[in-house]
Amino acid sequence: MYRYSDFDAAFVAQRNAQFRSQVERRIDGSLTEDEFRPLRLMNGLYLQLHAYMLRVAVPYGTLSAAQMRQLAHIADRWDKGYGHFTTRQNIQFNWPKLTDVPDILDALAEVQMHAIQTSGNTIRNVTADHFAGAAADEIEDPRPTAELIRQWSTDHPEFQFLPRKFKIGITGSPNDRAVIKSHDIGLRIVRGGSGKIGYEVVVGGGLGRTPMIGQVIRPFLKKEDLLPYLEAIVSVYNLMGRRDNKYKARIKITVFENGMEAFRDAVEERFKVTRTEFSGIDQAVLRDIEAQFAAPAFRTAPTTAYETARDTDPVFRSWTDTNLADHRAPGHAIVTVSLKAHGATPGDATSAQMRLLADLADRYGHGELRISHEQNVILPHVHKSDLPALHAALKGEGLATANVGLISDIIACPGMDYCALATARSIPVAQEIATHFKAIGLEEEIGALKIKISGCINACGHHHVGHIGILGLDRAGVENYQITLGGDATENARIGERAGPGFAYDQVVPAIERLLRAYLSLRVDPAESFAVAFQRLGAEPFKAALYPAEAARDAA
Amino acid sequence: MAEIWENFLYWKRKFTTDESAMARSYTPKVVTANALVEGDVIYLTADDRWSRRHEEAELIEDEAHAQLRLLHAQSQKGLIVGAYLADAKAGPDGPEPTHFREAFRTRGPSNYAHGKQETGNV
Ligand code: HEM
Ligand code: SF4
Repeated sequence: MYRYSDFDAAFVAQRNAQFRSQVERRIDGSLTEDEFRPLRLMNGLYLQLHAYMLRVAVPYGTLSAAQMRQLAHIADRWDKGYGHFTTRQNIQFNWPKLTDVPDILDALAEVQMHAIQTSGNTIRNVTADHFAGAAADEIEDPRPTAELIRQWSTDHPEFQFLPRKFKIGITGSPNDRAVIKSHDIGLRIVRGGSGKIGYEVVVGGGLGRTPMIGQVIRPFLKKEDLLPYLEAIVSVYNLMGRRDNKYKARIKITVFENGMEAFRDAVEERFKVTRTEFSGIDQAVLRDIEAQFAAPAFRTAPTTAYETARDTDPVFRSWTDTNLADHRAPGHAIVTVSLKAHGATPGDATSAQMRLLADLADRYGHGELRISHEQNVILPHVHKSDLPALHAALKGEGLATANVGLISDIIACPGMDYCALATARSIPVAQEIATHFKAIGLEEEIGALKIKISGCINACGHHHVGHIGILGLDRAGVENYQITLGGDATENARIGERAGPGFAYDQVVPAIERLLRAYLSLRVDPAESFAVAFQRLGAEPFKAALYPAEAARDAA
Repeated sequence: MAEIWENFLYWKRKFTTDESAMARSYTPKVVTANALVEGDVIYLTADDRWSRRHEEAELIEDEAHAQLRLLHAQSQKGLIVGAYLADAKAGPDGPEPTHFREAFRTRGPSNYAHGKQETGNV
C-alpha cells in the first residue's frame, strides 16, 4: 500500500493546523459563517440536518487494517460508534462536534488519511475498482494511476475553483465495477494493438439532475501522456465550463453544449502545450508508487477445507455463492463482506464491525481492505482454505449476510434522515425492501438485481443506473417515489427510463413486488436476470405490472 | 439596524397590502437554525433563548415580525448557523411542524434513535 512521503505528511499536518485555527476563529466570532463555510467544506465538513458531517476520503477505496481500526476509534471517541461508507468510497461520520473536528483530522493524519478535497469545486477523491489488484480479469492494478492522479490533483493551483465538482473514476478491468462512465472523467486501462498498456479516456459522464453517460474522447492514450492529457481536459473545462448556472456547470454539459468534436479539438490543442510541460518526472513518481502496490506474497496451499465446508455447510455454501469473486492468484478468492444485513442501513458499519474486519484482514487478508461504491467492504486476498474460519468469525458481528448482488444489496444515499438537500428519505425504503423480500422468501429466486435509491435529484445513490432506480421526491409536502427501470452501471452503462407517476412512501414496496412478480412469470428461465429480461421485453410489461389500473383501462 | 428594518417593513406593509387580509394569509413560522458547535437543531423562543424543542419556539404569525426575528437570529453568529423561517402551526403543546422535513428535524434520523430521540439529548 502507498505510504505518505514526508512531503505528504507535512502537507496534511499544515492543513490540519490551519483548520484548527479557522475553527477557533469561527467560535470566537472573528470568522462569519459565510467566511467559514468554504473553509470547512475544503476539509470535508458539511452541516447536515441534525448535525455536522465529516466526509473522509478512502483513496481509491483502499484501507489498511490499521486505518480501519483508527476509523473505529474515531467513531467511538467522537461520534456515535459507527460510520457510513458511501458510493464514492468515502466514509462519513454523522455526528461530530465542530470543536472536535480538528482532533479528528489529526487522528486521521496519524494513519495517513484526510478529508481534503472531499467537497468543493475541486477534483474529488479518485475512485477505483474495489477489486483492484486482485481481480482475475484485471489488465493492470489501477491504484498506482489513481494515486498519481491524487498527487497531481491535490492542491493543484489551477484547479481549486473549477466551475463545479470534478470526479474521476478508474478501472483496470474490461468488466467495469467502478461505474467509470458516470464520472466527469472515466479511465479504463486497456491493452493497445502492440500489446502496450494505456488508457481509454471517457469524458462527460455524470448523474444528478441531467444524467449522462460518458463518451470516449481518446480510445488509446499512452501511459506517459496521462497527466498532460488530464491537465488538458481539466484546463479546457476550466475555461469552457459554464459558471453562470450551477446546474449547467458540470463537464457533461460543457461536452454536450459544445459537442464532442469541438471539445476534443480544444483538448488536443491544449494537449500539445501541456505535453511539453511535463518533464517525465511524473513517470518516475509513478514507478515509485507502483513499487508500493506490489502484490502480497500469495501462498500455495490445498483448498480441501474450503470444498469440504461447501459440501457440508449449506449456510457457508450460499455465502460463497454470492459473496466471492474470482481472484487472479490460484487458491485465492475476493471476499465481499455485506454491510446490508436485512434491515440494516446500507453502508453503515459499527466500530465493533470495523475492528473485526481489521483483525480479519490482518489474520486472513494481508492486512488489506477495500470499500466498494456499492457500500460493502472487501477483503481482497483471502486463501480459500481460510474461508470457513473467516465466515464463522464474520457471523460474530452480523457480517456474514449472503446477499451480495441480490435484491437486498441496495445502494442508498443518506436521504432525509441526514442530508440537508434531501426531498425524501431513502434509508427506510431500502430497509423495508430488504426485509420484505426476505420475509416472503423471494430473494434467492429473484437472483441478480441492483436497486439503487436516492433521496433527491442529485442522485448520490446512483438511481439512474440501477436495474430498478428509486428517486425520493417531495410532492406537495408528501414523500413520493419515482421508479426508473433498465439502468446499468457496468461497461454497458445505461440511464434507466422513468416508469410513470410516482408512488407514495407506503406503496413503494408493493409496487416493487408487483414488478418482480411480473419478472418471475416472464423470464425464460432462472438464468435470465431481471436486467436481461428487461432488455429482451422492453418496459411495457413491467409498466403494466407497476400500474395495473392503467393497464386494465388501456386493455378495455 | 433593527429599528430601520422595523420602520421599513411597517411602511412597506402599510402602503402595499391590506393588513387584515395579509395577516390571515400568512402561514405561521418559527425561526430555526443549527447550534454552532453541536450542529443540533434549535428554535428561537419568544423570550430570546435557543431551545432544542420545537414546542418551545415562538410561533410567529406576522410576516414583518418574522423578518425581524430572523434578522435577530442571524445576528447571533457566534451561537448558531443557518437560521431560516420554517412553516409551523399551533398545537396543544406549542408550535408543531407542518412539513415532514421539519418534523424529522424535531426528532432525528429514522434508522437509529439518535439526535433528539436519545434520552437527555433535547
Ligand atoms: C452532505 C451530503 C451530500 C451532499 C450535500 C451532496 C451533494 C451532491 C450534489 C449537489 C450532487 C449533484 C451534483 C451535480 O449534479 O452537479 C451530488 C451528486 C453525487 N453525490 Fe452527493 N451529496 C451528499 C452526500 C453524498 C453521499 C453520502 C454520497 C455517496 C453515497 C454521494 C455521492 C454522490 C454521487 C455518486 C453523485 C452523482 C455523481 C455526479 O456527481 O454526477 N453524495 N451530491
Ligand atoms: S441524493 Fe440528495 S438526498 Fe441523497 S445524499 Fe445526495 S443530495 Fe442528499
